Amino acid sequence: MKATTVSRGKGGGPDMSAAARLRATRWYQQPRWRRLAALLGTALLGAQVTGREGSSSDIFLALKENTTGTGMWIWLGGALLVWVLREFVSEQLAAGWAGVREGARAGASGPLGRGRELWRSLPWVRVAALTALAVFLVLLPLLVTRHWQQVLVDQIGIYVLLVIGLNVVVGWAGMLDLGFIAFFAIGAYSAAYWTGSLPVEPPVVLNNFLVIPVAVVTCLVAGVLLGAPTLRLRGDYLAIVTLGFHEMVYLAARNWRDTTGGTSGASVDRFEIDLGFWSYRWGLDPVPYYWLLLVVIALLIFLFLRLEHSRVGRAWTAIREDEVAAAATGVDTVRFKLLAFAIGASTSGVAGVIYASKLGFINSELFVLLFSILVLSYVIFGGMGSIPGVLLGAAILIWLPEAMRDQVPAQDRFMYLGALLVVMMIYRPQGLLPSRRRRRELEMAEEGAGGADSLGTSEGRRV
Amino acid sequence: MTTEMAGRAVAVDGHVLEVSGVTLRFGGLTSLDRVDLRMRRGEVLAVIGPNGAGKTSLFNSLTGAYVPQEGRIRFRPGRGGEHELRGRKPFRVSRLGLARTFQNIRLFGALTALENVKIAVETRQKTDPVSIMLGLPHARRAERESDRRAHEVMRFVGLGHRLNELASSLSYGEQRRLEIARALATEPELLLLDEPAAGTNPTEKRDLEELIRRINAELSVSVLLIEHDMRLVMSVADRVMVLNFGRKIAEGTPGEVQRDPAVIEAYLGSSSAEDTAVVTGMLSGRGGAGAGDEGEERA
Repeated sequence: MKATTVSRGKGGGPDMSAAARLRATRWYQQPRWRRLAALLGTALLGAQVTGREGSSSDIFLALKENTTGTGMWIWLGGALLVWVLREFVSEQLAAGWAGVREGARAGASGPLGRGRELWRSLPWVRVAALTALAVFLVLLPLLVTRHWQQVLVDQIGIYVLLVIGLNVVVGWAGMLDLGFIAFFAIGAYSAAYWTGSLPVEPPVVLNNFLVIPVAVVTCLVAGVLLGAPTLRLRGDYLAIVTLGFHEMVYLAARNWRDTTGGTSGASVDRFEIDLGFWSYRWGLDPVPYYWLLLVVIALLIFLFLRLEHSRVGRAWTAIREDEVAAAATGVDTVRFKLLAFAIGASTSGVAGVIYASKLGFINSELFVLLFSILVLSYVIFGGMGSIPGVLLGAAILIWLPEAMRDQVPAQDRFMYLGALLVVMMIYRPQGLLPSRRRRRELEMAEEGAGGADSLGTSEGRRV
Repeated sequence: MTTEMAGRAVAVDGHVLEVSGVTLRFGGLTSLDRVDLRMRRGEVLAVIGPNGAGKTSLFNSLTGAYVPQEGRIRFRPGRGGEHELRGRKPFRVSRLGLARTFQNIRLFGALTALENVKIAVETRQKTDPVSIMLGLPHARRAERESDRRAHEVMRFVGLGHRLNELASSLSYGEQRRLEIARALATEPELLLLDEPAAGTNPTEKRDLEELIRRINAELSVSVLLIEHDMRLVMSVADRVMVLNFGRKIAEGTPGEVQRDPAVIEAYLGSSSAEDTAVVTGMLSGRGGAGAGDEGEERA
């Protein structure tokens, strides 16, 4: 680009200096047109990726089909529409939106403002809304097909439990944990061991419900044993340590066949209550598990919200924002990080027990690294540090691939998930429903006022 | 606040802090070279010196952020006992009763001003997470207590009207005062202020001067102060210590220090007669004549 401009400058008119020529921008160099080109390029790529699959007999088949088919024109039209909206309409839209938000803040006018005012001033509105939500959630499995009932329990319910736990570690204490599923595995194998389902015999056989506290303690101990020597590490280093821990647990489960059953696995008894006068056995029907999970999740959310707005939650925020200042103020940083780590680990353990008892079977392949990464991406997608955010994040990101099951080829589903994550991180890094504190930290980082990166750690800053 | 903290008025005489032979090196660079410092209980001691003289390194060594290779740092709280601070973790130093502020403000910007102070109050509380999650009565009581104390401290530093603002949205001078409030909320006996007047306007400087005096008098907190603003130093400090290239080159009352040839040379690099007059003026904080009357003025 530069070279052509210079050579043209030499032969150009005498009234324009070479420097001025260098500085002048051609119409196609304006950012607006560059953005159009980028969007159209993305659309072409998208049309190829989402279009027909290739064939081994005619290597250009996919290219021919996808370039002449209607799919590509839809993609190009979409790109053009996005460009027009962004370049010519977005300012008006943004202004209108800002007006609505301003109204909300003033609390005087505007639909949003009035809604928020109502929410704050009238407790019964809050109670009514929460009751309606609770009733909806309780009745939800009765409204959907069996397939979706399974998805609700095996995936959404279990992962919601996991993200609530990981949110404590990543969202509140600001530590990057890539091995969260290791504790899930420990919980699941605890359930198998204490119900007498593994090749090794436990000293006493326990009911699945009694295994839950045992698994909590086991995971607490495992979390503290892993955390105590490593939580002094910062950011990236801690992530690698947790990654290594996950691999250790996974490989132990896989290769220690005499004890764990390895890849061929072990069957696990299901939940059972026997109170003498009344007994109940959970069976193959997923709906009772759903209700059980709902109770556990509601209980944990209730407890964790209290923690967030207490001295513990504030200390976590302080550590996340500026560890040096927190320590100088007297916050025992290692102890609070350890606490977050242990709480996260034991939540993961509870999820593991329920998962194993629901499936009635476990093997090592249920605990591969991918699931650790997925849990983390749900937390970040939903909005670190905000419980409604991470719940929504997990629900949406699990629902989406399931809903796409019939629309797109099976092997493509994670590609769309990946694309969604990329777009989300570029345009809304704080997540769907970020916590107020987190959003503020990101804003400060962008202004250059704070040292917080996406995880809020503050390494590299000097005293 | 006043009632509560004045209760533990100066009980023991003598030195609250004794630093002897502290040497701090970074590789080949000696940041502090056998620094001695004795601080009397209840006094305001200022540390001055050119940039890079080792003032902040001294603070970091005292509070546990750096571990000096040699020397002893003994801290004697009013309740008795003697503690060696060298090599102690920063949060343990803070719990012994030594609080600090930072040269470049380090507040928790995404929290409100009140929450910043509450964090400091709560480092002295012992409520366990299980009681908090279950909402037990003593946990609720502790929460109310921390709220009350934080309000008190905020009123003391004059930020009673800014409780629920985000810390990062306060003005520069208010942020400086909030940092002091956070330090005071840990109920220190010795407060280390690292350039509290940097970047503040003249009105804020006067308020700060008064605040330091009140902290010293009403709360009976000893204050160790790093400051470049000589007028402030000369007016609030009982004694001044001068550092240069990590070495203590002078110590004494503000008046004595101003006349010390070693100090004048440190600030100037040489000591000719006319330059001396300029530096003496600068050190007196009044830009010119009239140095040496600080003793009377301060009273």
